[in-house]
Amino acid sequence: MGKIFAAAVTIIAVASAAVFAAHIWWLPPDISALGLRIDSQISETMIFTGTLFVAAQLALATFVWQSTGRAGAIRVFPGGPMPMVALATVIVGVEVLSLIFIGTKVWANIFLAPVEANALHIDVQAGQFAFYFRYPGPDGKFGVPHPELIDEGNSNFFGLDPKNDTAARDDIVSASLVVPVDQPVLLTMHSKDVGHSLFIPQLRLQQDFVPGLVIPVQFTATGIKKTEIVCTQLCGLGHYNMRAYFEVLSKADYAKWLQDQAGQ
Amino acid sequence: MDIVSATAIEHPPAAPHQHAPPTGFLRKYVFSLDHKVIGKQYLGLGLVAVCTGMLLSWIMRYHLAFPDKPVPLIGFFAPTFAAGGVITPEFYLQLMTMHGTIMVFFVLTTAPFAGFGNFVLPLQVGAEDMAFPRFNMMSFWVTFVAFLVLVAAFFIPDGPPLSGWTAYAPLSAVGKGAGPGEGLGQSLWVVSIGIFCIGQLLGSLNFIATTLDLRAKGMTLGRLPASTWAWFITSMIGLIAFSVLLPACVLLLLDRVAGTSFFIPSGLVVSDAVQPHSGGSPLLWQHLFWFFGHPEVYIAIVPGFGIVSTILPAMCRKPHLGPRVLIACELAIAGLSYMVWGHHMFLSGMSPMSATLFSVPTLIITIPAAIITLLWLGTIYGSKLRINTASLFCLGFVSVFVTGGLSGFFLSQPSIDTYLHGTYFVVGHFHFVMGVAAMFGIFAGTYFWFPKMFGRMMSETLGKWHFALTFLGVYATFMPMHWLGLEGNVRRYSSFPSDYMHGSLALHRFITFAALFLGAAQLIFLVNLLWSRLRGPAAPDNPWEATSLEWSTPSPPPFDNFGGKHPVVSHGPNLYGVSGPRGDYVMQTDPPIAGLEES
Amino acid sequence: MQQSITPPSATRTGVWVGIGAIVMSFAAYTSAMVVRQGSLPDWHHFGLPPVLYWNALVLMASSVTLELARQRIGGPFDRLGRGATSHAWLAWYRVTIALSFAFLVGQFLAWRRLSSEGLYLATSPSSAFFYVLTALHALHLLGGIGALLYALHCLRVDDGPRPVDVLSAVALYWHFMAVLWIYLLVILALWV
Repeated sequence: MGKIFAAAVTIIAVASAAVFAAHIWWLPPDISALGLRIDSQISETMIFTGTLFVAAQLALATFVWQSTGRAGAIRVFPGGPMPMVALATVIVGVEVLSLIFIGTKVWANIFLAPVEANALHIDVQAGQFAFYFRYPGPDGKFGVPHPELIDEGNSNFFGLDPKNDTAARDDIVSASLVVPVDQPVLLTMHSKDVGHSLFIPQLRLQQDFVPGLVIPVQFTATGIKKTEIVCTQLCGLGHYNMRAYFEVLSKADYAKWLQDQAGQ
Repeated sequence: MDIVSATAIEHPPAAPHQHAPPTGFLRKYVFSLDHKVIGKQYLGLGLVAVCTGMLLSWIMRYHLAFPDKPVPLIGFFAPTFAAGGVITPEFYLQLMTMHGTIMVFFVLTTAPFAGFGNFVLPLQVGAEDMAFPRFNMMSFWVTFVAFLVLVAAFFIPDGPPLSGWTAYAPLSAVGKGAGPGEGLGQSLWVVSIGIFCIGQLLGSLNFIATTLDLRAKGMTLGRLPASTWAWFITSMIGLIAFSVLLPACVLLLLDRVAGTSFFIPSGLVVSDAVQPHSGGSPLLWQHLFWFFGHPEVYIAIVPGFGIVSTILPAMCRKPHLGPRVLIACELAIAGLSYMVWGHHMFLSGMSPMSATLFSVPTLIITIPAAIITLLWLGTIYGSKLRINTASLFCLGFVSVFVTGGLSGFFLSQPSIDTYLHGTYFVVGHFHFVMGVAAMFGIFAGTYFWFPKMFGRMMSETLGKWHFALTFLGVYATFMPMHWLGLEGNVRRYSSFPSDYMHGSLALHRFITFAALFLGAAQLIFLVNLLWSRLRGPAAPDNPWEATSLEWSTPSPPPFDNFGGKHPVVSHGPNLYGVSGPRGDYVMQTDPPIAGLEES
Repeated sequence: MQQSITPPSATRTGVWVGIGAIVMSFAAYTSAMVVRQGSLPDWHHFGLPPVLYWNALVLMASSVTLELARQRIGGPFDRLGRGATSHAWLAWYRVTIALSFAFLVGQFLAWRRLSSEGLYLATSPSSAFFYVLTALHALHLLGGIGALLYALHCLRVDDGPRPVDVLSAVALYWHFMAVLWIYLLVILALWV
């Protein structure tokens, strides 16, 4: 049974590692400016953890194979526990330090970068169970939202007050997020009711909506594509179906789309 | 003994039980003060809870694989929630919430920590009972009430809450309007968890006082077996963690029933109604919850470390490699566990700087975990390994702990977590490292201590089949979840209407078949428990030729554990592979042997 | 009584561990309060009812009287408290219990005062924290009163653990209650 166990561990470890290495199930192609750095960080971590995974499982299998039903005196591990401590500290420690170093830089690029001057500002509101996206319109200004004015029946999703608020009159509200290619986009994210999250796998972008907070996040889409935004923070019974289309258009198509929206 | 002379002695020799064993059924088996009975009660509760939790997961898995087909039998058992066996999205989330809550609190906390700890710890330190037997009894019954309160949510019109085991505010705080089960169901949840905290605080208090003050003569801290050390460290983690979760539950309950606004910000519009709350902070709930929630992972897994490190040397017939390093690493993990809670909140909108700050200790905590793994490997190396069900589950523990621990490297880096955060990768990770590893510790402990508990050996044939099928089933079920996660498949979805997730159905079906297989394998365990309890061959005092104190007393131990004798300890727990009068091991209670060095 | 196996050191350890847990939970409430106050500028300060300050004195006095009672028990004595040192300890002990009830009455007056000013639990975040913290302290104090009465019971009957051990553990908890109240009074005075 010990040898069967050793063989099973070996097969499981090698087979699992092979599936990862062959990218049979893998991330969707990236279409963002920063996604490649995240992808390469995932690959590096994959190589490191994959090596440790196979090594540790094979060591377990080997030792179990050798030790099962062994006769004769026991053998102490060469050098006692200290080589183990040193090994773990050095290997894991070095990798930990480098992961921290690389990871922090990538993270800083996503969340600590200053807002680009030419960023397209889009206001996002999440609610049970839909996303709404608001563009400032020709005046470049957003109207002030009033929660008590929210009236979904009359499509006033943000609670705008166009009668009294001039900035609100030309705001464009869309159910899909449409952005021009190669254009830095700034999303200001807020929630109407409970926690939500915005996940666009192709952008390697995921960010929670926290009620009461307005959370800024930036991205630049580099490929023309139509895909989906899904909610990844449990928000209630319609959570599984809370999604919106995400469309990256050429600059010309985007201008046309914006015009169409304003005309409605 | 009159009071004057008693006060003069600072440490009287542990007095024998000044009372006769209880005779009535209620006192003996129900409201018992005996730690051995309480330990079994906790394990029984854990068994009921784990069966419940697993059944819930079966329903969820079936629905994920066949979203359009009604689940067999469910329409009969839950006609209000799943008419005709059709799982609605909200019922799926309610099942998921209850699965998570039951498993984390009532299985992974009660069984390895409260259950085995209660039964074994006083025996291993050489005490007659816990320091405060009444608190100990209260601890179990309070926990039991908490379980009843939680399960009661299934029997109310709106059903259980759907906000997940993390109960993020404001979904969990604003009441009925937020969704089915968010009315009374969520209130029951909060009350249940609050009560549970009190039960575990009483338990932790007992464990700490017993370990520090009730040790037998000669039982220095350095001679405590690895499992007792692990329970001791776990109780210190639990003491702090549950002391924080309890206030969080109190505040959440007040938000729900008393109109306060601790976690509910201004201007929320739920179900077309502006909420009458203002100024609360949802992140405050997340901070309080995860300050408990991350250490909770170690409450589940550290007892497993201890169980493995106690069983492995006995089965390897070889001293544990670096037993002191092991304790030091467990202490380091316990300390670090309080500095890492923010890694659950990388995407929560807290300051991006703090994400980096939380990432560093999270990555560093892998170092002591890696050292512990290597110590186990070094212990197995060159040993005379005896393969039995207990040792197989220990070896399996090492394997799944490595697997689950390594996937943590991805999630501990904020920039990678940006992609993987809400996906099945996380589900795979925590099921391996917290769920399965802890369960393997529980199984190993059961096969190891069952003879001591009931005086009968468990069936090795059934045990080995149980292990083999469980081990394969675990990898088949949880490994593919990492692949789903890489694809961007989102957790907590009852079905996948999104276009890009359609392709995942095949893998989901595979996981479901594996999960059904894995669950079915557990029936072997149930049969084995039942059969061995009734028909198992009689167990000798020390069937494993182990060294610690529980093996020096009959199986099962008498009411006062050591039959009125006071064990005297002369050795550490680690004397295997030596030549002593008994053979290749020396028990802790054996008289001192000249020339035998203690490691 | 099963608790007779509990050595005195374990009782003290138990109380210390319990104090640790209570400190941790009040630390959680405190940090919640600090976070809550910093998150939005809607925090309304209000003046604390003066009776709370008097209450601090009452609780500190009860700690002193408990120690006075303990000193008079200290020597040889018989279980019923009828001994060479007379009933002196019992008198101080009764004063301690009376003071503890006086404290609770004082807290009740403070709550009445605030509610008459229109400040209820849900009125504002500061009043919410005020009621939560004071009520939880009162709840822990009620536990302390129960422990005082239990210790008195142990002193009066033959059965059970040794009264001096129980009493020293109870006294430790009781002094902690006074310290906790002073801490709460300081943070309440500073923040709410």
